Amino acid sequence: MTKSSKADFKSRFVLERQDFQCLLDALNGQGYRLIAPTPRDGAVVYDEIAAVSDLPIGLTDEQERGTYRLKDGDPGRLFGCGLGPHSWKKFLYPAELRLWNAHANGSLAITPDDHHPERLALIGVRACELGALRVLDRVLSGGQYHDTVYEAQRDHLFIVAVNCGRAGNTCFCASMNTGPRAESGFDLALTEILEPERHYFVVEVGSEAGQRLFDGVPHQSALEADVQKATTIIETTATHMGRHLDTTGIKDLLYANFENSEWDEVAARCLTCGNCTLVCPTCFCTTVEDVAELTGASAQRIRRWDSCFTMDFSYVVGGHVRASARSRYRQWLTHKLAAWIDQFGSSGCVGCGRCITWCPVGIDLTEEAKTIRAHSQPKPETKSRKKIHHENT
Amino acid sequence: MSTLDFVTVPVNVSDPMIPRVYRVLRTRWNTGDTFSLELVPQEGGDIPAFEPGQFNMVYIYGVGEIPISISGDPARRDLLIHTTRAVGTVTHSMSKLNVDDTLGVRGPFGSAWPVELGRGKDIVIVAGGIGLAPLRPAMYRILANREQYGRVVLLYGARTPADVLYRKELEQWRSQFDLDVFVTVDRATGNWRGSVGLVTQLIGRAPFDPLNSMAIVCGPELMMRFTTMELMKRGISGNNIYISLERNMKCGIGLCGHCQLGSVFVCKDGPVFQHSQVEHLLTRWEL
Ligand SMILES: Cc1cc2nc3c(=O)[nH]c(=O)nc-3n(C[C@H](O)[C@H](O)[C@H](O)COP(=O)(O)OP(=O)(O)OC[C@H]3O[C@@H](n4cnc5c(N)ncnc54)[C@H](O)[C@@H]3O)c2cc1C
Ligand code: SF4
Ligand code: SF4
Ligand code: FES
Repeated sequence: MTKSSKADFKSRFVLERQDFQCLLDALNGQGYRLIAPTPRDGAVVYDEIAAVSDLPIGLTDEQERGTYRLKDGDPGRLFGCGLGPHSWKKFLYPAELRLWNAHANGSLAITPDDHHPERLALIGVRACELGALRVLDRVLSGGQYHDTVYEAQRDHLFIVAVNCGRAGNTCFCASMNTGPRAESGFDLALTEILEPERHYFVVEVGSEAGQRLFDGVPHQSALEADVQKATTIIETTATHMGRHLDTTGIKDLLYANFENSEWDEVAARCLTCGNCTLVCPTCFCTTVEDVAELTGASAQRIRRWDSCFTMDFSYVVGGHVRASARSRYRQWLTHKLAAWIDQFGSSGCVGCGRCITWCPVGIDLTEEAKTIRAHSQPKPETKSRKKIHHENT
Repeated sequence: MSTLDFVTVPVNVSDPMIPRVYRVLRTRWNTGDTFSLELVPQEGGDIPAFEPGQFNMVYIYGVGEIPISISGDPARRDLLIHTTRAVGTVTHSMSKLNVDDTLGVRGPFGSAWPVELGRGKDIVIVAGGIGLAPLRPAMYRILANREQYGRVVLLYGARTPADVLYRKELEQWRSQFDLDVFVTVDRATGNWRGSVGLVTQLIGRAPFDPLNSMAIVCGPELMMRFTTMELMKRGISGNNIYISLERNMKCGIGLCGHCQLGSVFVCKDGPVFQHSQVEHLLTRWEL
């Protein structure tokens, strides 16, 4: 799925559960590596799978703030688990990437690393995650400068989306207008229907590549009744969101509440561990590290994911711009929900709920935003400003 | 379908992320802790065109990479000049470079001093410490088109007489009949006979027409804050004042997130900003 292709096909088919492996085989046959949710060490992660049996079959999860637990769900269901700690970001925007290698035999010579995009089939991409890819597209390839490695990988994806049949306790995609239905940005979108007598998928084709691939997989056209069932499932999911975020005027609300005392309250709980930024499918901050070999003959530039929760993130000679936990939590939330809109034309949050589930102390951004709204203390500007610790040159 | 169809074309990170190698042509200590490097591309050829106020990401082999403003003459494409104050890891190892040593440079990046908007106006240049370095290209550009501007005033504050940058050039500018140059130091030492005090104290009596002036200001953030206050007190509108901001920078091209200040990215929306556009951001602590 290239980022520009739109889902204007919308032809619907039925894929029987027993033919699901054929879909995977067809992808394999087109040279795609299969990446899908798979259970590992008590959580569902995204990794390479060999066969349908590697999916978290029959499992579901329980999520709450600071809690995640896998447990038995509907026997046989392929996509009964919600989101785990991983996001697809890691395949497009790796947690660690070597940018170039430098040699210094007399004079410096810099050799950029070759990155080979892989044909990857992402299987089980949820609507909010399609939203996250759209956000990353704007951030990493929508401006003056592009992340060429991201773009190249983006052009080599085959996306099999899955419409959610169940909203997790920490989900709020409906508030962020990203889900639970996959509207665009996929090659195929599946809705899983599990009945006592029959287990099948209603499949929506979203691109030419999707059509070509699906032609090689056994299927039938969908009956109106099948489509109706799928629609009902998604509509029911939409009304069962575990969380809600009121986004009305949220940008101005957060900008105006920069000095709100509630930030102190959340800062007292926040460990500034950065887990929330690590699991977030849209957080894009990186740092670079220059690693010299022991012999001194070569040095490498490595790009790594970074987090605005670290103290060093904002370091300038003489001090850290955001020294307090208060300022760092505020930066994160205000960036996600407010500044992002100014910067990239959309919210930086797609409502996936990962940051709520994986926060070790159970901080919930929907609650924090609600608290700020309830205790709004608008203060347009402060005239007195304590000094930024700048060395006096 | 043959497997050949699945072979993908390799990519590198985008060009602006890959440093170009430069060779040190000359080194010079400007003051006890500040030095200038004159650089030429190792491969030969011109340096990329740059605008006054833009910066480069300068890479020292195996040590690190930092943003440094360009301080040379934008009319010259044969030489890249950086004036740097040795304050930490990268700047110290940069200060130890010798003639013919090589280093990496990415850029130029960021916004520029919009000196063209000041045509027909008086120009007030206010520098604090190393802040004179990023302003020097603007001075060159203005001097090259001197007839297009009204009065040109340079107000410069250093810590001590020994910290005064670009001494020879300042003296030459001061002797020019069409420039007003005022230098002040925080602390006088030796036989300093110039003024003593903060650069902000020079603003009140500087010769310019506040209603028809453009000011460009660079120095520590606190100095810029007080300077803009004084300039506005004299009557220059915030729309005609430009300042240059510093934040931690890892990419210089709007992709790493480090330089964010509210909704702006200092690397790509700045570093030069119209004061009225960022005033509300600068008055907030820890933004
Ligand atoms: C747009 C811009 C233009 C600049 N122009 C000049 C100039 O012309 N001359 C000059 O002397 N200095 C300039 N600086 C400041 C210069 O970048 C810092 O002094 C330098 O990064 C310090 O690095 P260090 O490794 O020696 O210090 P350390 O204290 O060891 O810093 C460690 C790291 O923190 C980061 N860092 C620290 N201070 C700063 C800072 N002020 N700004 C950005 N990142 C920082 C860097 O990544 C640095 O490698 C500029 C900064 C910016 C943002
Ligand atoms: S909000 Fe939670 S996950 Fe995020 S930094 Fe604070 S403690 Fe860590
Ligand atoms: S901020 Fe939280 S809920 Fe929003 S996209 Fe990121 S991880 Fe998901
Ligand atoms: S320095 Fe990387 S975003 Fe500005």
